[in-house]
Amino acid sequence: MLDKNGIAKRIAKEVKDGYYVNLGIGIPTMVANFVRDDISVEFQSENGVLGMGPFPFEGEEDADIINAGKQTITTMPGASFFDSVTSFAMIRGQHVDLTILGAMEVSDKGDIANWKIPGKMVKGMGGAMDLVASAENIIVAMMHTNRAGESKLLKECTLPLTGVGCVKKIVTNLAVLEVTTGGFRLLERAPGVSVGAIENATSGRLIVEGEIPEMKL
Amino acid sequence: MIRKTVENVQEALKGVKDGMTLMLGGFGLCGIPENTISELVRLGVTDLCCISNNAGVDDFGLGLLLQQKQIRKMISSYVGENDEFERQMLSGELEVELTPQGTLAEKCRAAQAGFPAFYTPAGFGTEVALGKETREFNGKMYVLEEAFKADFSFVKAWKGDEAGNLIFKGTARNFNPCMCGAANITVAEVEELLPAGSLDPNDIHVPGIFVQRIFQGEKYEKRIEQRTVRPRN
Repeated sequence: MLDKNGIAKRIAKEVKDGYYVNLGIGIPTMVANFVRDDISVEFQSENGVLGMGPFPFEGEEDADIINAGKQTITTMPGASFFDSVTSFAMIRGQHVDLTILGAMEVSDKGDIANWKIPGKMVKGMGGAMDLVASAENIIVAMMHTNRAGESKLLKECTLPLTGVGCVKKIVTNLAVLEVTTGGFRLLERAPGVSVGAIENATSGRLIVEGEIPEMKL
Repeated sequence: MIRKTVENVQEALKGVKDGMTLMLGGFGLCGIPENTISELVRLGVTDLCCISNNAGVDDFGLGLLLQQKQIRKMISSYVGENDEFERQMLSGELEVELTPQGTLAEKCRAAQAGFPAFYTPAGFGTEVALGKETREFNGKMYVLEEAFKADFSFVKAWKGDEAGNLIFKGTARNFNPCMCGAANITVAEVEELLPAGSLDPNDIHVPGIFVQRIFQGEKYEKRIEQRTVRPRN
């Protein structure tokens, strides 16, 4: 079974040379730490920066340079700043190659819910609805089950949707799965996790074909 | 040169009344019109509808207006860092219209650019699209979103000149440019207000035509919401 760092590490392998990548808050943000340093990748943050770098050294924080999680950041050589309209032109116009975001629930049709729990927490969708409705290549990073131990990979989402039929791939603490017309197709198992354990933790349709390899990290 | 400077924040906010719709720039606490917000608190105007990506934190930014119950309605994309906001929303005291961030930006730009509405894929199939016209283009579904209508736009820039030209710094740019000229009156507060001719026309982010009033903010706290650093090796 993977921890959150492990999920980020596995997703980092999906980041290819020449990609512009948008990382959501939480586990997705950690993906940047594990991207190979021999490839050229630029990270976009929807509040208006392309070419995000690591967090600043203490004493070098700048209140005017933050990421979408409102954390202080630095920029890399070749970076640019822009306004929100331009930022979402990059996203809506499909100029961003890969979007990685978290989710509360994903359905086996690729629907995603990650912004609202009715009558409870109120946060808002931020840029998530624009990202999921527009991106060609979306990977969801999340734990396979919620705190109550219930599956987050469902036949139908129970929470209000963020987008419909948009998720292509899911990386959890237990598995890598692909969304197909027939449901979640199991691609890889996390180290030490059996197919049976993944079946037990998945309540949507799960397709298991042939030998399922263990992830290489 | 058409002069846009006003003496101070009091002059800049002349005409702001109860019940108005205000646009306020910023992302989180980054690039917010701090001096304008302080003056809105002092003026005590109420029943406001505020269009702003976020709602500040409990004791800073738009949170200050929420504390005084000056806001009737918020139109935002993300309001996660504010307990008072959540309390007022769940109790029904505060009306909230959550809007996808890219749609929020484009609704401002549409108002600025003279478009009554536009189609976007964001929110299709979700509660955001309820009651809205949808349409298929090239096999994909889109939602019709209308331009905002607002009385005042309050933006914050790094540098500005007497002609109302603006330059932003870093990610403090965010929603500020698309809100300029998107309301009946646009008020810009700047960290540094310079004489006309001091800024290179090549460097201007927002031309002064979109700005009616400009003033230099008295002070900027520029609070950091999530100070995140890495250790030095």
